[in-house]
Amino acid sequence: MKNKKTLRAPVSQKAHIVEKPEDITTIGGTIAIEINEKKVTVPLGTTILEACQQNNIHIPTLCHHPDLCVAGVCRLCVVEVEGMRTLQASCAYPITARMKIKTSTPMVRKARKHILDLLLSEHYGECYSCVRNSKCELQSLSKEYGIEEFTFGHIKEPKHVIDKSSFSVLRDMDKCVLCKRCVRTCIDLQEVGVLEATYKGDETTISTFMDRPLAGVICINCGQCINRCPTGALRANDPSDAIWNSIDDPKKHVVIQTAPSPRAAIGEEFGLEAGHSMTGQLNTALKRIGFDGVFDTNFTADLTIIEEGTELIIRLFKALVNQDPSVSLPQFTSCSPGWVKYLEHFYPEYIDNLSSAKSPQQMFGTLFKTYYAKQKGIDPKDIVSVAVMPCSAKKYECNRPEMNDSGYKDVDYGLTTRELAKMIKEAGIHLPELPKDSFDSPFGDASGAGLIFGATGGVMEAAIRTVVEFVLGVKVEDVFKNANVEVVRGFEGVKYAEIPIGDKVGPVPDLIKHLVPNWDWLKGATLKIAVAHGTANAKKIMEDIKAGGKFSECHFIEFMACPGGCIGGGGQPIPTSPEIRKARAKAIYSEDESLDVRKSHENKHVLRIYEEFLKDGPCGHLSHELLHTHYTKRGKYIA
Amino acid sequence: MENEKTNRVGSVIFSEYERGEAVKKAAEMSREDILGEIKISSLKGRGGAGFPTSTKWMLTAAAKSDEKYVICNADEGEPGTFKDRVLLLEYPKLVFEGMVVAGKTIGAKVGFLYLRGEYEYMLKSLHDYLSEMKQDQLLGKSICGKEGFDFDIQIRLGSGAYICGEETALIESLEGQRGEARNRPPFPVSTGYKNKPTTVNNVETLAAVSQIVTKGGEWYKTYGTNKSSGSKLFSVSGDCKKPGVYELPWGTKISELLKLVEAEKTKAVQVGGASGVCFPKSQFERTLAYEDISTGGSIIIFNESRDMVKVLKNFMEFFVEESCGQCTPCRIGNVKLLEGVEMIEDKTFTFNYINKLKELGKTMQVSSKCGLGQSSPNSFLSILENFSEEIFNGRNGGKHEK
Ligand SMILES: Cc1cc2nc3c(=O)[nH]c(=O)nc-3n(C[C@H](O)[C@H](O)[C@H](O)COP(=O)(O)O)c2cc1C
Ligand code: SF4
Ligand code: SF4
Ligand code: SF4
Ligand code: FES
Repeated sequence: MKNKKTLRAPVSQKAHIVEKPEDITTIGGTIAIEINEKKVTVPLGTTILEACQQNNIHIPTLCHHPDLCVAGVCRLCVVEVEGMRTLQASCAYPITARMKIKTSTPMVRKARKHILDLLLSEHYGECYSCVRNSKCELQSLSKEYGIEEFTFGHIKEPKHVIDKSSFSVLRDMDKCVLCKRCVRTCIDLQEVGVLEATYKGDETTISTFMDRPLAGVICINCGQCINRCPTGALRANDPSDAIWNSIDDPKKHVVIQTAPSPRAAIGEEFGLEAGHSMTGQLNTALKRIGFDGVFDTNFTADLTIIEEGTELIIRLFKALVNQDPSVSLPQFTSCSPGWVKYLEHFYPEYIDNLSSAKSPQQMFGTLFKTYYAKQKGIDPKDIVSVAVMPCSAKKYECNRPEMNDSGYKDVDYGLTTRELAKMIKEAGIHLPELPKDSFDSPFGDASGAGLIFGATGGVMEAAIRTVVEFVLGVKVEDVFKNANVEVVRGFEGVKYAEIPIGDKVGPVPDLIKHLVPNWDWLKGATLKIAVAHGTANAKKIMEDIKAGGKFSECHFIEFMACPGGCIGGGGQPIPTSPEIRKARAKAIYSEDESLDVRKSHENKHVLRIYEEFLKDGPCGHLSHELLHTHYTKRGKYIA
Repeated sequence: MENEKTNRVGSVIFSEYERGEAVKKAAEMSREDILGEIKISSLKGRGGAGFPTSTKWMLTAAAKSDEKYVICNADEGEPGTFKDRVLLLEYPKLVFEGMVVAGKTIGAKVGFLYLRGEYEYMLKSLHDYLSEMKQDQLLGKSICGKEGFDFDIQIRLGSGAYICGEETALIESLEGQRGEARNRPPFPVSTGYKNKPTTVNNVETLAAVSQIVTKGGEWYKTYGTNKSSGSKLFSVSGDCKKPGVYELPWGTKISELLKLVEAEKTKAVQVGGASGVCFPKSQFERTLAYEDISTGGSIIIFNESRDMVKVLKNFMEFFVEESCGQCTPCRIGNVKLLEGVEMIEDKTFTFNYINKLKELGKTMQVSSKCGLGQSSPNSFLSILENFSEEIFNGRNGGKHEK
């Protein structure tokens, strides 16, 4: 794919390029139109669909998605425009001239019903045996249009084999309605480019390179395609049956860690609006379901900050003081397994820039089967460790062959938010009504720094809170109001910030005293950092680094594979949209503000781990053995 | 060019023309004058849609951009058309010079000939012809010695998909993408190849341009009817003694054409290829003209021995396969129409269901994304309408041939 921007949808459609207004009466970039005989004024270039939505007129859509460029392929959103021979797809029609639009004429309604009839005639399978039952757009459209029979027949036999090769994403093309949202997600939103329509006519199918199984192509497992698929054609690889079996097995000690993003979103699966954190209720639910230990991934997020931050300090020291040319900077975060795989495929030459610290999920997995097993006196082989993640790539991550430093598979199952919600429902529990409960010892409650890992910029903010205190010897609150590092927050695709260190540095904290003698070598330096979310944005930074641009001068860069960071992960509740992700992020940030401990290095359980277990300190020998990992140069061509 | 011959009969396109005439004349004309001449001629696109050429060029000329493109659409995929092949083989001068004229008028320096994959065998001779034009200063830098009159032509091969004749799918294909129609607006005149203003014209349209520039718009208008100026090339095939390419003035009746090509016992005439309409005997007095039967020029003649169900089935199979597959009405709709034809063939249909399919056909006409899906139900609807007796009661005692 080179560096060329892939344009499955032409740029013209992405930006609604505005043509020369044909109507001289348009003033100030707005235009007066009529929708259903009501006069409204919209900015030039607004699509008919947007104009209708702004005026509370409902138009059914299927291929349209707020995160994606226009496709205009399902044709469900057609409307009548006076003077035009054909109906127009409202999602794809930018308004540049006066027009009279009718959204519900007999012709329009008939066309929409026909289109649904056609889609249903080819749609193999039944709603009651589908993951997306009651969350499927095809299903709800059928309801909306009162479909009670298959006017044009119904397919009797499947045409495709379900691709179950991937640890993360399953593809059932018999349920595909060819809306191409997945294609646009993968090519345009993520710029990975695994999925594309192949063949033509009635044989058109969404496929991979040479129709290979998903595990055999450069899929990064981000699951963003799942989140945007309107049907059950794409789904995550669900391990819940195996988890139930472990829970039901009295010999097994089943522990579960929950990441912050699922907690901020799982309420949506129970009918709540986006933006309600369910941490306490979820603890109760998990204990009722029968998990033997319920823990907070934020604990190892704090641990990650210590390990990754220490690694950064070591790299900087080696580069700046020892002038060691072999040190790779900027250091890249490695907690997003989608990002890691993206880098392994697309920029393998930068593999040494990845922090060797494992992700919080994998760190916890290792601790469960080492430290925790010892503490509890349980044979690690009897421990089953489950991770509730917002992410489908975490399923792949826990299956990476190198992830067994405890001597066992560090994390047995990666479970998505959606799948956990299903388990809770199966157990007959209505989550929002539960009382709150806390996490189990010995890991207890974590800091707010670990919590904000869930939103883009969160890892960076957590790192800054710790590094500022470590190096400057002052309270981070004195530098950033309320300890909120606003510069790295928000949904800008790529964020960049500089933190001048100045002349005043503090003493080296005890935890890392054995690594650096003092901070004098950082005096007057400026720490340059950047944040990117979504691999398309990551690509921008990587290309800049390759070209020797300003990002190549950075010291530390946070990359998240998913738009919005983990709160927008591929395992999160469906639907997703910029608004929904914003609401989830808000829930996380306000939970952080409500906590007493908001810095990783103040998490006393983490400090205790270094005292009791990882005695040679951060990035020490044992920690390297257990908490760090290595990566694989994969490249784009897979044998 | 070895097989260049100019002995075809015709008063406009095939009228006498010396290589270089149009380019030399255009070199001396202003862009406005050329546009004016085309406007006077009232030339409309010969690719099927019949959009006024001067309007298309004016819009492209007016679009602000430092890069613009001319594309000659030589995909010629409509079943039953082969006139563009004749033009390219025998009259490349008209086509290429038309492109040069278009380039000057809209302000493009580069043109593409998008050549149907099956015409690969022409590549060498076309390239040779382009080299000759360059030698004669009819192409390349400073054409006819005029500083700044630069235009180059590249030939690109299609790879056999009918949809790539649709102008926006053609552009996608030129850009190296899957051949699929784009959303419109924006139109190619503002957002075409590489999202730059682009004019896409049929081979025959450009050939007509060369004649118009040379002989004048008024001259052109003396042929044809009031509303359809000039002549049209018809590709005639099927049941007749003299199939081939004919140049006839617009306004010719179907019956006149049938006589000319010596068709006998004609039952049906499909005008416009698979995406066209099928006319029964009772309508043979209608005229071929934009105001009556508008067409890109494919004429397929069926005599009384033909089974119209088979004819229709053939067309529908074509669309089921050639739909680009992106939009619902066309991708699945054509499958349903074909299934309906098969039910008729097997006598397993109900009129109720057939009526539902006719309604579906109308939906496809108005809701498909591009011209392919919008026109694919035409033959279904017209054959069912015009040949209902034969279709539903069958020939040979109620059975259709298989
Ligand atoms: C499915 C489809 C196939 C088409 N195939 C051709 C073709 O082979 N050649 C052609 O000139 N135009 C074809 N057209 C029409 C073009 O989209 C376009 O209108 C034409 O090239 C414009 O040129 P004109 O204005 O000179 O006619 C096709 C249109 C559709 C919808
Ligand atoms: S999981 Fe991500 S990389 Fe893989 S196909 Fe889906 S969008 Fe593309
Ligand atoms: S797999 Fe899902 S998202 Fe992709 S085209 Fe099919 S229905 Fe649409
Ligand atoms: S009408 Fe047919 S050919 Fe045109 S975009 Fe739709 S599926 Fe493709
Ligand atoms: S939603 Fe507009 S065409 Fe699909």
